[in-house]
Amino acid sequence: MRAFATLVDRLTYTRSRNAKLDLIADYLRTTPDPDRGWALAALTGALDFPAVKSSTIRNLLTERVDPVLYTLSRDYVGDTAETASLLWPAPEGEDPSDEPSLSEVVDLLRAMTRSTVLTELPKLLDRLDANGRYALLKFATGAMRIGVSARLARVAFAQAFDVSVDEVEEYWHGVEPPYPTLFAWAAEGAPPPRTDLVPLFRPFMLAHPLDETVVSMDDYAAEWKWDGIRVQLVHINGETRVYSRSGDDISATFPEMAEALDFPAVLDGELLVRGSHQGGEEGGAASFNALQQRLGRKTVSKKMLREAPAFVRLYDVMIRDGEDLRELGWAERREHLELLMDRLDPKRFDLSRLIEADSFEDLATIREGARDDAIEGVMLKRRDSPYIAGRKVGLWYKWKRDPLLIDCVLMYAQRGSGKRSSFYSDFTFGCWDGDPDKGADLLPVGKAYFGFTDDELKWLDRHVRQNTVNRFGPVRETDKSLVLEIAFDSVHESKRHKSGLAMRFPRINRIRQDKPAHEADRIAALKALVRD
Amino acid sequence: MPIKPAPDFSWIKPDPHGIFVEPCNAWIDPSKPVETALVTHGHADHARGGHGAVFATRETLAIMDLRYGGAGRDVMIPMREPVDIGGGVTATYFPAGHVLGSAQILLEHAGERVVVTGDYKRRPDPTCEPFEVVPCDIFITEATFGLPVFKHPPIAGEMRKLLDAREQRPEGCVAVGAYALGKAQRVICELRRAGYDEPIYLHGALEKMCALYEELGVPLGELRSATGIKKDELKGQIVLCPPSALNDRWSRRLPDPVTAMASGWMRVRQRARQRNVELPLVISDHCDWDELTQTITEVDPAETWVTHGREEALLRWCQLNQRRARALAMVGYEDEDD
Repeated sequence: MRAFATLVDRLTYTRSRNAKLDLIADYLRTTPDPDRGWALAALTGALDFPAVKSSTIRNLLTERVDPVLYTLSRDYVGDTAETASLLWPAPEGEDPSDEPSLSEVVDLLRAMTRSTVLTELPKLLDRLDANGRYALLKFATGAMRIGVSARLARVAFAQAFDVSVDEVEEYWHGVEPPYPTLFAWAAEGAPPPRTDLVPLFRPFMLAHPLDETVVSMDDYAAEWKWDGIRVQLVHINGETRVYSRSGDDISATFPEMAEALDFPAVLDGELLVRGSHQGGEEGGAASFNALQQRLGRKTVSKKMLREAPAFVRLYDVMIRDGEDLRELGWAERREHLELLMDRLDPKRFDLSRLIEADSFEDLATIREGARDDAIEGVMLKRRDSPYIAGRKVGLWYKWKRDPLLIDCVLMYAQRGSGKRSSFYSDFTFGCWDGDPDKGADLLPVGKAYFGFTDDELKWLDRHVRQNTVNRFGPVRETDKSLVLEIAFDSVHESKRHKSGLAMRFPRINRIRQDKPAHEADRIAALKALVRD
Repeated sequence: MPIKPAPDFSWIKPDPHGIFVEPCNAWIDPSKPVETALVTHGHADHARGGHGAVFATRETLAIMDLRYGGAGRDVMIPMREPVDIGGGVTATYFPAGHVLGSAQILLEHAGERVVVTGDYKRRPDPTCEPFEVVPCDIFITEATFGLPVFKHPPIAGEMRKLLDAREQRPEGCVAVGAYALGKAQRVICELRRAGYDEPIYLHGALEKMCALYEELGVPLGELRSATGIKKDELKGQIVLCPPSALNDRWSRRLPDPVTAMASGWMRVRQRARQRNVELPLVISDHCDWDELTQTITEVDPAETWVTHGREEALLRWCQLNQRRARALAMVGYEDEDD
């Protein structure tokens, strides 16, 4: 437990991604089984001990500490587990040799029930120091919140044993904590975990930005780039799972899709919600904003299923009836995919239409003329490209629609973290809520922390320092004299912001030193760009 | 235990700007310029410039001279010697263990005894005299770390963390944010006690104060300025700076620094994370919760007044322990960088 507590402690204070990877990889290499497996499960959020809740911890504490002093402490610290770890009255005569191992902790936590937890958890807490108690409570409540994503933990696993992260992702959904077969494969060269019985995630093939490249339409096929989320549907052994691009299982969020595939296959497509914002009636898809209402839910109401039904626009087929098609060229796979459509429910699936273009110039014209702002752009796929995990140069390209642009005024700046910790690098900008010459005010419309070069960052940092009019903790308010040209992909109505608008992917496109602040855009101009 | 009867100390008046001692028209640690100021220690929130006369220990006067270039007419008060300050009031200064020269002030008038602690701690500190328990009727205490979550660990472990971090980074350095008066010198002394005799590098804002400490008899070993030297020279070194410099432009001169901070607040993870601290060192010049409550128990006053900090929790503790207590709403005492 001590090694795990130290890992949690150090991860808490580490900001650099590489340093986090090193810490986790080092831990996984040097810790014995099954402890390291349990730790990996904790870091990837795969553990849940239903008997231990935040309220359990609170009850334990208020039995031991004056409730008023507990509440004052909790309010100050802001985290129940940390408050408890600090306030826990250490027993007399501590015996460090009695510290439990992580696997012993798991066995004890699993054995606890709602009725025994109030007597059993204290015994465990008594055997640990403050750091150990913190790690234990975070571990037991399943909410680590130490800035480590499940993906980062898997990358660290691959790094620890020098195996390919794509392979780790591929086996991941077929193994259970504490992952003995996964460690045996990666650390000791045993055969990989079996993958033929569970609906596993296969890493996606991804595209490079086209930039200045010009391709021949003889070699490449073009499709629209729909603005939903990329998903993979996997059916095997009577079970279907829906995976997001990061390999997260989102079947529970989209149960109608999990029910819709009933033969062994792995399909690749764009998850969308029915509507007409993207591509009109023919396009048949609602805006990303409509889809967003359904993301991140663990359960879905009937009303939601009725009002925002999901479907998948298919791009590719990776495996069909147990046959792996990934080695075939794109054109052959496309034929297989088209033949598959008869076996799929048209309510839940349609086929991503190909764009008929005679030449690259022709395609450019079609792309320019796409009336529909909600479509993200165009995809170009080499006709003979096999399905290869990751981004391989020359096979697939994305040719995004040109971004929308608007001129905003810099309002606030905040210092960044990590390498940027000494720079003001997070910028909040606003538009005028009326005529600035008639006393209109600026309303914040967005926040951006990229899009500029290192030199521009230095310049912006200096501008902020020299033009500060107010400080609020880490935030500086500037004199609102600087115009920034902001590029963004789309803008939506939002109740969360005072301006009533929220941008997608805002970034700083240009610093407009030449433009006076009162000539920056108004809220109305931004509102006119809303497409849903 | 019955609550002792409330004493009627009408001659001592808590005011938002300090403690006012009416019979002699004097203020303790006033936050505005006054005719006569009794100053407990040299931190800027307690010792301000612009007073008529300043009554303080030799070291505190020296620190104020350095900071304000003469804060007023100096009256040096030796430790433990009662001094008649007029109006029938006697003041005696006792060590507070907070920083070099820090004192608690015992005020006696008409047979009544009041102790004003200023800031204090109970842990050993090689840079100053330890706190002494002074019996009194009214005990006016700080409560900077007045929450039961604050327990300062033994300093040796924190020094180990600092030295380990340095060893792990031969190509980088450890930048330690430490308050310029007191904390910085204590960290240096503790490093020396832990056997570290390499040169320690200083931010310009710490240099004069360190020199003054040495002059006043606190040896600090070899110190070097971190200003105007090559980046490479700082590789594998420990650099001390004020906390505010850690995330500011000054730190760009350092080779791949680990950001450390020596402060009692580092006990709380979120506080450390908010300040971008990578290596929190829980080192405080104030009492932790157990020391605060232990001190009140030992002094055993009829009444406890709390000047600043997290007074609510300490008042609650007094209530639970049948002790009469009240909070004074003082302004201008800061606790951010301890």
